[in-house]
Amino acid sequence: MDYLTLIQLLDSTVRLATPLLLACLAGLFSERAGIFDIGLEGKMLAAAFFSAAVAALSGNVWVGLLAGIGASMVLSAVHGLASITFRGNQLISGVAINFLAAGMTVLIAQDWFRQGGRTPSLSGGARFDSITLPGADAIADTPFIGPLYAELISGHSILVYMALAAVPLTWWLLFRTRFGLRLRAVGENPAAVDTAGVSVVALRYAAVAICGLLCGIAGAYLSTALQAGFVKDMSAGRGFIALAALIFSKWRPWHALYACLLFGLFGALETRPDVIEAVTTLKVNSALLGALPYVMTVIILAGFIGKAIPPRAGGEPYVKER
Amino acid sequence: MDVMPKWAEVVLVPLISLLLAAVISALVILAIGEDPIAAASLMVEGAVGSVRGWGYTLYYATNFIFTGLAVAVAFHARLFNIGGEGQAMLGGLGVALALLYVPWPHWTIGLIAATGMAAAFGALWALIPAYLQAKRGSHIVITTIMFNFIASALLIWMLNEFLKPVGSQDPASARFATHLDLPTLNGWLASMGIKASKDDSVNVTFLVALACAVGVWVLMWKTRLGYEIRAFGHSESAAKYAGINPVKITVVAMLISGGLAGLMGINTVMGEAERLVLNSTEGAGFIGIAVALMGRSHPLGVVIAAILFGFLYQGGAELALWTSIPRELIVVIQALVILFTGALDNMVRMPLERMFLASKRRREAAKPERKPVEPAE
Repeated sequence: MDYLTLIQLLDSTVRLATPLLLACLAGLFSERAGIFDIGLEGKMLAAAFFSAAVAALSGNVWVGLLAGIGASMVLSAVHGLASITFRGNQLISGVAINFLAAGMTVLIAQDWFRQGGRTPSLSGGARFDSITLPGADAIADTPFIGPLYAELISGHSILVYMALAAVPLTWWLLFRTRFGLRLRAVGENPAAVDTAGVSVVALRYAAVAICGLLCGIAGAYLSTALQAGFVKDMSAGRGFIALAALIFSKWRPWHALYACLLFGLFGALETRPDVIEAVTTLKVNSALLGALPYVMTVIILAGFIGKAIPPRAGGEPYVKER
Repeated sequence: MDVMPKWAEVVLVPLISLLLAAVISALVILAIGEDPIAAASLMVEGAVGSVRGWGYTLYYATNFIFTGLAVAVAFHARLFNIGGEGQAMLGGLGVALALLYVPWPHWTIGLIAATGMAAAFGALWALIPAYLQAKRGSHIVITTIMFNFIASALLIWMLNEFLKPVGSQDPASARFATHLDLPTLNGWLASMGIKASKDDSVNVTFLVALACAVGVWVLMWKTRLGYEIRAFGHSESAAKYAGINPVKITVVAMLISGGLAGLMGINTVMGEAERLVLNSTEGAGFIGIAVALMGRSHPLGVVIAAILFGFLYQGGAELALWTSIPRELIVVIQALVILFTGALDNMVRMPLERMFLASKRRREAAKPERKPVEPAE
């Protein structure tokens, strides 16, 4: 494998890791506040559709992004209503949201565009273009540094840089602010937060809303940056891989970045079987490679490589009167 | 929870939830510019208006009885088995392996072998998540989700590497011997002289599914094991105090659950496709969640809910065929049923409980001898 192939592989790793990272951070906020969310997949899918559809209709991808975020946050509100206000089962609510998104996106796509459940392909201003960072063209021919900067670091869409910036931001918000301290406390011991006179319900709704925001960006990235348009079921299990990455990272922002990059690399390798063969001289089945994140998550969950302990109050509705 | 009378708990709450789901579904149909009443009558016509329609309605219902019972048994032990899809895939694989490599003399013996293999493979796929939950505390919902994806990858790999006939491009196994085809309702009607369509829809597996429903009822309410499972589900600490082994109950409940989900493979693989194809489960494992919620985890409720979903599935297919409403409408209805009967259960229950409580108070207030002394303000 030569240097340029490696750069290409890492480049597609970053591209594929971006939606995972955004969704993973989304789940991080929600689960740190004690709300389990297996509806990441559905929220991403809804956002992917609405951002592509509105971008196609308006011709402006930023309007599309807002629509995607809006759709995702509506589903978040449903999840909040079910799991916070009505103290229902958070897992069942997540399952319902996944199906709701899977069905509604196709239904609305068929009604609006009549193209068999997809949106028209996006081009021009209806899509996030890749950004060439300053000086990328100038040093592209420099050996070693040139391709690294021009191919790998430069040339992604703005959402990729936003996702990467979201990691330190999440860390700062959760571990260096009063809001973050309270949010984490509400996931560990909501009664204590309540005793301190802080609203458990408001904090949890805030966490679920942030989760919706990030899932919205993740979905918009899928349909307006990674691909040009929405197709049925395009989230393709990424919400669940993000969930896997969340457990893998043990609910910590920086580790979430590493986990998502690792799972992104698996995704990139899946499309380049020739590279694996060249490096390992083994013929690895791409389907089995695709299952690797799931297998690794089960192993982590089993506690064979360090134990993954979720926030203590996760999944439990908070009841004030005991 | 003695606020509500039993009939309200068992009938009224699910009925109101269903009604809410139906109203919103109708609004969705209206929103995409179609007529909900016309759509509903087309679904009824397509699903129960002909022998062919009934055949497919009951064929789908068979799948949903198996997966619904699977989720229900796990629910009784307060375990959420979301892995019915993967367990059903593995069950299908078991059926295929049983029928491809052993020359069974007759379909009855083939069916027994396929049943055993389907249940064993499904149970095996539930064993690891169950063991990890019981022994290592890993959350069963997450592990079973992961196992769905692993099962799907495993199936693609098995089909492409081992089961695909030489020279075939299609990722599917060879067809099973024709004398192993299961008797179908249509075949039976034809032998009676009634004209029916020729397709392989509802078959003898439906009876196996009904037998399983009875079996689950006996197990849950008439045996010691069932009592232990339910006790464990109600209160883990009380069950432990009573000497019930939590590890054993978790593992056994999940083995039964996985085995039931796996049995779905007989219907789809042996009964309908007569070979192993990719995606033979078609999301039935997930519909099991809606079915179990709607049927309140009782076998009778599960059977009724499964037939209703079979009706929706077949009706939805007809709807997609004759109108511009896509088949995904069923996915939306399924989502709404899960949302209202599962996650938003309290939204329906809380006002009802308040209502019953108020009427109870009024009745008690009407009886003078029972009237409590008014506290002085």
